[in-house]
Amino acid sequence: MPAGTLYRGREGMWSWVAHRVTGVLIFFFLFVHVLDTALVRVSPQAYDDVVATYKTPIVNVMEYGLVAAILFHALNGLRVIAVDFWSKGPKYQKHLLWTVVGVWVVLMAGAFYPVLQHTLRTLFGS
Amino acid sequence: MSSAETTTPHDSVSLYDADHPAPVIEPPRARTKKTPKSTRTNFEMYGWLFMRLSGIVLVVLVLGHLLIQLVLDGGVSKIGFAFVAGRWASPFWQVWDLTMLWLAMLHGANGLRTVINDYAQRDNTRFWLKMLLYTATVFTVLLGTLVIFTFDPNIQ
Repeated sequence: MPAGTLYRGREGMWSWVAHRVTGVLIFFFLFVHVLDTALVRVSPQAYDDVVATYKTPIVNVMEYGLVAAILFHALNGLRVIAVDFWSKGPKYQKHLLWTVVGVWVVLMAGAFYPVLQHTLRTLFGS
Repeated sequence: MSSAETTTPHDSVSLYDADHPAPVIEPPRARTKKTPKSTRTNFEMYGWLFMRLSGIVLVVLVLGHLLIQLVLDGGVSKIGFAFVAGRWASPFWQVWDLTMLWLAMLHGANGLRTVINDYAQRDNTRFWLKMLLYTATVFTVLLGTLVIFTFDPNIQ
């Protein structure tokens, strides 16, 4: 890597960085997820055993992180499409990013209880 | 371009004439005898377009998948072999999951191909990382497809 350089691209650059990082993370999860789902061809017990891992508090919190990564990647992906194909997209790319961030915050707040309810119920009773 | 370089400043008479022709400058990127017949395809443009088209479809498929698996009806609590068997009893969800598998794997593989091309500087490193990526991608797509097509709810 070339040392000592930083492209100060502000919103456009940082959304690009976040899009890459979330994309790579989601792709690595996808490999694991296809492999764990493949256990339904081994036996119901084998599948239920691995799914039990998904229900532990730590992995449950990681699922919330997965939702966070996927939601950002999806919303920012739509922004990239708007920038590429909508004639006013490049002009409004910063507004679009802050819209993405706003929608993301609302959806993440809404997903908090539904996604983490298993852990919340297990740790704090019903 | 200004003609100042090729003319004298005062009388605007060219330095070149029929006996003293101007030097020929080859246009950049001119095809020569050494240039292969077809060095360029539109592969990268189709890859770029595929990322956007598959992305739109994946927004619907993946967010719908997350809603069903992690949000509605108790979140992750309900997931188990019986839940999978119930959903894959319907061809609709089989097609949904199969489409999602193929599009997500190809979308992700092309994304990681771009990342490898950007950051792996040595030719050998780039080549082998991409071979690893393609091998893992083909394996995972085929495994997932096989699982969806051969799923047996009565397996013991």
